[in-house]
Amino acid sequence: MTTQPVMQAENIVKELGSGAGLVVAVKGVSLDLVPGELTLLMGPSGSGKTTLLSILGCIMKPTSGSLRIADTVVDNLSAEELAKVRRDHIGFIFQSYNLFPTLNALENVRIALDVRGIKGFAATSRSEEVLREVGLGHRLTNYPRNLSGGEQQRVAVARAIASSPSIVLADEPTAALDSENGHAVMALLSRIAKEQNRSVLAVTHDPRTLGYADRVVRIEDGKIVGEERRPEGIDSPEITDLTKRRKLHA
Amino acid sequence: MVFTLALRNLLHDRVRLAVTLVGILFSIVLVAVQLGLYLGSSRMITANIARSNADLIITTFGAKSFEDGGILLGDRERHQALATPGVESVVPIVVAFAEWRKPEGGSSRVVLIGADSEDQGLVPWSLTKGTIEDIKAPDAIAVDKSYLGELGINGIGDSAQVANGRVKIKALTEGIRSFTQSPYAYTTLNRARQLLGVDDDKSTFLLVKLAPGANITEVQKDLAKRLDSADVLTKDEFESRSLKQWLFRTGAGLALIGGAILGSLVGTVIVAQTLYSSTKDHIHEFATLRALGSSRGYIYKVILAQAALSAVMGYVLGMIIALLILYLSRNSSLPLVMTPGLAFWLFALTLFMCAISALSAIVKVTKIDPATVFSR
Repeated sequence: MTTQPVMQAENIVKELGSGAGLVVAVKGVSLDLVPGELTLLMGPSGSGKTTLLSILGCIMKPTSGSLRIADTVVDNLSAEELAKVRRDHIGFIFQSYNLFPTLNALENVRIALDVRGIKGFAATSRSEEVLREVGLGHRLTNYPRNLSGGEQQRVAVARAIASSPSIVLADEPTAALDSENGHAVMALLSRIAKEQNRSVLAVTHDPRTLGYADRVVRIEDGKIVGEERRPEGIDSPEITDLTKRRKLHA
Repeated sequence: MVFTLALRNLLHDRVRLAVTLVGILFSIVLVAVQLGLYLGSSRMITANIARSNADLIITTFGAKSFEDGGILLGDRERHQALATPGVESVVPIVVAFAEWRKPEGGSSRVVLIGADSEDQGLVPWSLTKGTIEDIKAPDAIAVDKSYLGELGINGIGDSAQVANGRVKIKALTEGIRSFTQSPYAYTTLNRARQLLGVDDDKSTFLLVKLAPGANITEVQKDLAKRLDSADVLTKDEFESRSLKQWLFRTGAGLALIGGAILGSLVGTVIVAQTLYSSTKDHIHEFATLRALGSSRGYIYKVILAQAALSAVMGYVLGMIIALLILYLSRNSSLPLVMTPGLAFWLFALTLFMCAISALSAIVKVTKIDPATVFSR
């Protein structure tokens, strides 16, 4: 497994608003993501974690700092060029799933391939494949309104990984889910990181997710205030917080 | 997926789709009726010219239309024309407004057309009763059956007075209507002259047939040089001159075209409004597409596909109603006309109208901030 970072953020600063209303949402954050790891970005509300996720996902431009995705420095790219970087390298999972209500599960995945120019039989068979991977092989033609929250989020996960991106970014993936579904989705993200050697970054403030993390980055007031890694040899998803894990390791 | 998403977006809100389709439908019907009337009027105005067996038409100088030629051409012009190289035959016809006195009292105006059938210059067509031979009988005349009531007669055998003499209905035509609302009445050349009280060498037009191999442009120039008090026109030139007179100098054509433009504008505004509100409703989905990495072009395609689908559905419904109106107008004094060409241009207009309508929606999605996907 390679440890070469697929994403490198250096000294990222993001200012929002102007004049008296100027807020510095991200204050000099540096962060690397490597393949095969599920990283959690944790922090309280207003800590800047979603803003940072937007910047790392090439959706928002930083005020200063540098961001490299794969081999591309994206700092000076246009909106269309950034869209291409997202197409080529990044899959997104949103808190509210953001599925298309008028498309069924299969079509929701297919559209993510369609925007990447993958069409026809190839798109259909790949969509079926990833939906089966997330355990929804029997729900292909169901519309979002007929799926549970957990199932909708799994469709969103399938959509994010359908084009085999090297990076998967998830915004509060368990926030709208009950405990069982939350665990199922986190287990899925962990599996995607490990088995498919992708770099997964999930923004969350849900303590249930800790047990699945390889690494936890804590952010407060726009700054990274701490980082913890899963100790070697500890890989049980049942461990639900790092405090317990540290005790166990000791 | 572009068309799938576009179609589902449209079908998602059935009420809005219905409003869109009604907007397009009314627009299409309005434009089809206006242009159908325009075409119908044009055909009426040019029908006799189109039916005349001529390569060139000699009219008095400045004659504005088929009905407005005067009876000023004489044998001198006819012989000058016949002496022109490349001319094979010159057929005189008389066309003039005349008073029609109804048998039961009252009067109306007709356009009296005098032409001899053996000259093969201009004869009534679409005869439903009687024959061309019947029109040669003494006092014989042919009128269109749709004007029988207006002329105060019931049909074959009835008599009336036209200008200076009595006439008897010997033949009836179908579908020869007059834009001026003065019915055409066909008789022989000499009887027309007698009825109108003009000399027996006088005519309104001279229909020129060219000899095989003659160059029409050269003969036209040569005739124009020889006939300094006359105009020498091709059929197309005379048709467009007549159209200009009746459709544009009177303002009738402008009113019809204005109505068609208004219909297009109303349709465009309605479709633009509904497409814009649909785009606004689906803005988060478009933002999600942007976040997933779609290009702006992909989203424009979805909006344009929505516009195109609306156009096709609206066009089909609009044409069904327009054709129904066309069918109902077939026996009216001004029947609508629909041609494959008009149907094609109406479809092109509908597509164009919907594409223009999509502009406001496209401007809206151009401003989408994909970061909004995190704020839902």
